[in-house]
Amino acid sequence: MWIEIMRVAWRSVRANKMRSFLTMLGIIIGVMAVVLSSAIGLSAKAGVTKQVENLGTNVLTVMPGSASSGGISRGFGSASTLTTSDATAIAEQDPDVQYVAPLVSSDQQVVYGTNNTNTAIEGTNAEYPDIKNLTMAEGRFFLESEVNSAANVAVLGSQVEETLFSGERVNPVGQTIDIGGIPFTVVGVAASQGTSGFSNQDDAIAIPITTAMNLFTGSDTVNQILVSAKSQDVMDQAQLEVESTLRVQHQLSAATADDFQISNQATILNTLSGVDRILTLLLDGISAISLLVGGIGIMNIMLVSVTERTREIGIRKAIGAKRSVISMQFLLESLMLSVSGAIVGLILSSIGTEIVSKLTQDGNLLSPVAVGASMGFSVAIGLIFGVYPARKAANLKPIDALRFE
Amino acid sequence: MTEYDSGARASRDLIVIENLVREYQVGGQTIRALDGVTLTIQHGEFVAIMGPSGSGKSTMMNMIGCLDTPTAGRYCLDGFDVAHLSEDDLAMLRNQKIGFVFQSFNLLPRTTALENVELPMMYLGVPSKIRKQRALEALQRVGLAERVYNRPNELSGGQQQRVAIARALVNNPVLILADEPTGALDSRTTEDILNLFEELHAQGNTIVLVTHEDEVGRHAKRIVRFRDGRVELDTGAQRKVGVPKHVD
Repeated sequence: MWIEIMRVAWRSVRANKMRSFLTMLGIIIGVMAVVLSSAIGLSAKAGVTKQVENLGTNVLTVMPGSASSGGISRGFGSASTLTTSDATAIAEQDPDVQYVAPLVSSDQQVVYGTNNTNTAIEGTNAEYPDIKNLTMAEGRFFLESEVNSAANVAVLGSQVEETLFSGERVNPVGQTIDIGGIPFTVVGVAASQGTSGFSNQDDAIAIPITTAMNLFTGSDTVNQILVSAKSQDVMDQAQLEVESTLRVQHQLSAATADDFQISNQATILNTLSGVDRILTLLLDGISAISLLVGGIGIMNIMLVSVTERTREIGIRKAIGAKRSVISMQFLLESLMLSVSGAIVGLILSSIGTEIVSKLTQDGNLLSPVAVGASMGFSVAIGLIFGVYPARKAANLKPIDALRFE
Repeated sequence: MTEYDSGARASRDLIVIENLVREYQVGGQTIRALDGVTLTIQHGEFVAIMGPSGSGKSTMMNMIGCLDTPTAGRYCLDGFDVAHLSEDDLAMLRNQKIGFVFQSFNLLPRTTALENVELPMMYLGVPSKIRKQRALEALQRVGLAERVYNRPNELSGGQQQRVAIARALVNNPVLILADEPTGALDSRTTEDILNLFEELHAQGNTIVLVTHEDEVGRHAKRIVRFRDGRVELDTGAQRKVGVPKHVD
């Protein structure tokens, strides 16, 4: 008998093709919203993970503290409180610190032959590639001796190299480029690193910090100091050591707050993924609402269907259909609407995620959790929103239903 | 599933109605559609229930068909007291004891004649093979062996009513209850359908036919005429031939 009831329900779904399709559309859109938003979440997560791997999780960034004028703080990084001697002190005194690289930066015009570009010139020391996990595409990074002698040598980011040497069939290593009107010898080209946070590391040129200070900044203050801990386990100790070293260096009394800020990459990325989580939550909320709206659409159509078929219900009851049989027939109809909607939605969204993952190369973005959840949610919606119309049908009195025109 | 076998086959009485009252509330007013009806119908009778509109004959038909329950009084169908049955029990009672034939045929649209006839057996839980075989037999009995795969909209009125009669017969009910079965048919088809009822009666089926047309009522062997919710006339009220319990 159950097979017949299913056939009856299915026939009724098919009898009004357009109406059934429009009803399903709510669920189709809802399911697509769930699956695609989870794909966006997964893709963002993959991006964050990639950045963590790029930067290393054992890196501390020391930034100058906020300058205040007349009690008005101008925010971190606005003061020039960090110097190269701070970096030297950290390197010499702090046992849990492995590498220290001070950083000064200034934007300069760079020229090679007929090509030129404006890019960030990062002055740093020879430990920089160890902290940044920088690998070289060609040539080498500059040496400690070159830092000490303030040599005019430069290491190009991959994007800068592309810009300056496009169309030139020469090996950039050994070539001379002009930075801010001063000739530099290219000693290496870094492999592509991608973006980190908000800066594009491939669009930069690294030169010895001594050279940068002599030629471009003219002071011994630095913009930031990168510090790497010996391992990820001693991050907290390293951070405390750096803090106390700098407090001594800056002669801060116990009552004075730090005039610098130490942050580690993991914290920054955590913040980023926290934002990402909120975004995903928001998208999930919207998808849930659209599924709910789809469910209300199903209930609406089921109520119409019950009213339209009042007479049919009367006939069935008169010749012996029990309440449970009638209510099952309508419940199955609503389930069929929601489940077929979910299946169509899943097919469309798997095509969608396939395209997105091809484009972003983030691997498979069709999350089994999202598929399962949206399927389960659709079944639940079909049941919940089908119960009321089904009960209404089952409760019809046969004489009233038969008299219905 | 409750099986309603012939609990009271020993008795010749199929329908026993005693002081049946049915009241409706219409706009705060109580309307008494049936006002104390007493009626007995035996197995094998062909009874026409007649009367003008508003006489209570439709309410009577709903009562006999177990589609409605009485406000007061007693109704026993084939030994089952209707007042004590739940809605689902009533559904099963209708399924197994009564075959309905309606004025407007009441076939399911978009459903073949065969499936329409199979429906009562489906609700009884008859396996599909037996169902199909019995449905084909029933359609043959009403002379529609050729049209079993047609849908109602592909059949004439007379043919649709034959499908409905086949559906009414298929569970071998003890009662065929027809509500104005010829009301939507032309006079020639009416004659055909009434002849079919007479044939079924001749084969031993009990038929109760509700109508307001004297032409139609004439085919029945007994006429019960209603007026104002009461039995006004009963042509064939066969006296109960019970054995007196004791003689004074």
